[in-house]
Amino acid sequence: MRGLFLFCAGFSVLALGCICVFLFASGVPFIGKVGLGNFFGTKWHLNSEAYGILSMIVASLYLTALSTIIGVAVGLLTAVSLYKFCPKNAVAPIRQLINLLAGIPSVIYGLFGLIIIVPFLRDKISPNGIGYGLLAASLVVSIMILPTIVSVSLDALNAVPKAYYEGALALGATNEQSVFRVMLPAAKSGILAAVVLSIGRAIGETMAVIMVIGGSPVMPKSLFQSVRTMTANIAMGATELSGDAATALVSTGVVLFFFTLLLNMSFSLLKGGEKRGKPQKTNT
Amino acid sequence: MAEKYNITVRGCDLFYGDFQALKDINIDIEEHEVTAFIGPSGCGKSTFIKTFNRMNDLIEDCRITGEILIGGQNIYAKGTDVTLLRKNIGMVFQKPNPFPMSIYDNIAFAPRTFGIKKKSELDDIVESSIKQAGLWDEVKDRLRKNAMGLSGGQQQRLCIARALAADPKILLMDEPTSALDPISTGIIEDLINELKTQYTIVIVTHNMQQATRISDKTAFFLLGEIVETDVTEQLFGNPKDKRTENYITGRFG
Amino acid sequence: MENHKRQILKYAAAKRVAQAALLLTLAALTAVIIFVLIRGLPHINMQLLFGNYGKEPSIKPALVGTLYLILIAISVAAPIGIGSAIFLTEYTNSKSRIIRIIRIATETLAGIPSIVYGIFGYLVFVVALGFRYSLIGGGITLAIMILPVIVRSTEESLLAVPRSLREGSFALGSSKVRTIFSVVLPCAASGIVTSLILAIGRVMSESAVLILTIGMVVNKMPEGIFSPGTSLALNVYYFGSHGYPEQAAATGVVLLILVVSINILATVLGKVFGKGELANG
Repeated sequence: MRGLFLFCAGFSVLALGCICVFLFASGVPFIGKVGLGNFFGTKWHLNSEAYGILSMIVASLYLTALSTIIGVAVGLLTAVSLYKFCPKNAVAPIRQLINLLAGIPSVIYGLFGLIIIVPFLRDKISPNGIGYGLLAASLVVSIMILPTIVSVSLDALNAVPKAYYEGALALGATNEQSVFRVMLPAAKSGILAAVVLSIGRAIGETMAVIMVIGGSPVMPKSLFQSVRTMTANIAMGATELSGDAATALVSTGVVLFFFTLLLNMSFSLLKGGEKRGKPQKTNT
Repeated sequence: MAEKYNITVRGCDLFYGDFQALKDINIDIEEHEVTAFIGPSGCGKSTFIKTFNRMNDLIEDCRITGEILIGGQNIYAKGTDVTLLRKNIGMVFQKPNPFPMSIYDNIAFAPRTFGIKKKSELDDIVESSIKQAGLWDEVKDRLRKNAMGLSGGQQQRLCIARALAADPKILLMDEPTSALDPISTGIIEDLINELKTQYTIVIVTHNMQQATRISDKTAFFLLGEIVETDVTEQLFGNPKDKRTENYITGRFG
Repeated sequence: MENHKRQILKYAAAKRVAQAALLLTLAALTAVIIFVLIRGLPHINMQLLFGNYGKEPSIKPALVGTLYLILIAISVAAPIGIGSAIFLTEYTNSKSRIIRIIRIATETLAGIPSIVYGIFGYLVFVVALGFRYSLIGGGITLAIMILPVIVRSTEESLLAVPRSLREGSFALGSSKVRTIFSVVLPCAASGIVTSLILAIGRVMSESAVLILTIGMVVNKMPEGIFSPGTSLALNVYYFGSHGYPEQAAATGVVLLILVVSINILATVLGKVFGKGELANG
């Protein structure tokens, strides 16, 4: 019986191993075959065997940066509001609502972007009459990651000992000063976790993005311009490509996978470093 | 704020909802003296000390009636600036609560709150406050290190220094040594004796020896009332009330 | 004194900004729901829901496909996930090396973007195993994806079962396996069921995995688990990007209602069970 349970537990390791093996076995040789210069070049043109995904990497990074900045700024402030600047009896219902919204499928957010944000940007904001692009995608993704950021940051704030708050007030600080100068910095490791989660969600988000990003494999030069992220490249080609072109998608996936591993690893290192840096609590 | 910093309390009642935690409290606390509040747990002594800097405002459905005058001014009067009140009345808590930031930033917190930005000025305040708290030699080389790395006793002296940096006139201490070992406790008691020349000190303690060692006057609390207030030697040597005598001789509590 | 006032005002202003952010968050999130409802509700009709896909699109294939996917994903992930959680809580102490490896693996799995799972599913089921696009390939890939969630929440439920119950069972001479199946699992059942319901929500919401594995065949009823198909979430994307914005919104409403009700169900169950457990001991 123990063996059976062990097999189940080992399944995750096995699955992770398989994912790595399949992805790398198929994707890495392809990069070798077409050459690093080609693959990390700027030109994606399948007929002339140009598989450059640099513009997509750049688009992915822009999208991730922009949506994380918007999402974290708004989400963190929202969490701070819910923490101390909001009527107490409103907090629980708002939290419930936000938790509910965290479970909404990403295609719904994409749909919202498609039918509301893109037309709005096109008609009201865009200088060139194009609604698609990085801004639309970043807005959609930042709305999508808001619930996660809010709940993780709020949990982090709630975990800060109340004694700090009282200590700050007793020194003559106002409620606001105590929150911004003491409680918020004290919650920074939890907030960092929220940021890392959002970065992971943003860089990996596919469906919400492809509905509003346009999809042209060109280097992003404007917020209102049809571009393509790595995820969009994979999903858009998925149903129509075959042969080398399909393998190019797998290679794109390898690069994306590499980015997320890098993110997870740097976060673990950061967390480990903090634990080690944190001094021991003694009672003498 | 007034020039004098004596505390006068007249007919103070305090309620948490329907529960009356303090009943008709009357007391006079003189400047530059150490006044100790003693009594069994739950007698209201900690609740009472928190009325002086209005920390009870934090508790919902807490209601206070009667008069609490500091330097002749009612601190519960409308229009009282609570932040200034708390600047002038420092507080040290039962458990050391340094902020999770550097030692320097801990001490500089209150001066910065009140608008001091100049580095030289902050440096001076930080140094003199830590020196006053007798901690300078131990931390002068690591002011930029996180305060959570200090020992419990050092943390508590840091909290005292942090309170002093706000330039208070009164220091409230809510069982400041109950979480500390005997050596740290001794250091803090010596410190209190030094500080009383400059500050009015009110200390809650459930350690009667501590009260006799450091306080000039002592008030004995029981079930939300002050049973007896007197010069410390008098109260312990010759209590007027039977209940005080029972308590200090260890018959209950 | 002037500086003090300025400090207070500065942070008071920051508070206003934070409150504005709260309103913005609420506005943005409710806007998503409300606009999708406004655009979608008027276009929900019998043809769309249950009609045959002809001139007018229908989501009947997607409803059936989604049901298949849920059944496949849960029946693969549930036993493995629960077994895995049993091993992690009942058979090891938390310091052992094997547990650390398994934990790192589950955490890494949880951090992989779903499109990468999609590629994996594509490479394994579509290419290597030669299933071509199929519901079973998509379902199993989804199962791997929801595994970390099931493992983690089942673990929590198992850990919440008091030690004394296990000891009581051992004291009566029960074997470890018997204790697990007759004492621990029943006690944790409510938590496990709740986590499975949430996992169903995840399966219904997912689309990036499926675009690479099940073929997005929107106009044919799936003939079995080895047949290609589509899902509700995938249909939202398909309709949205192929010139059927009204159908996209209507399908979005259906999906939204299903996912939200599932999540509410899980929350309610969690609360009801939670109370029951407290009352029992």
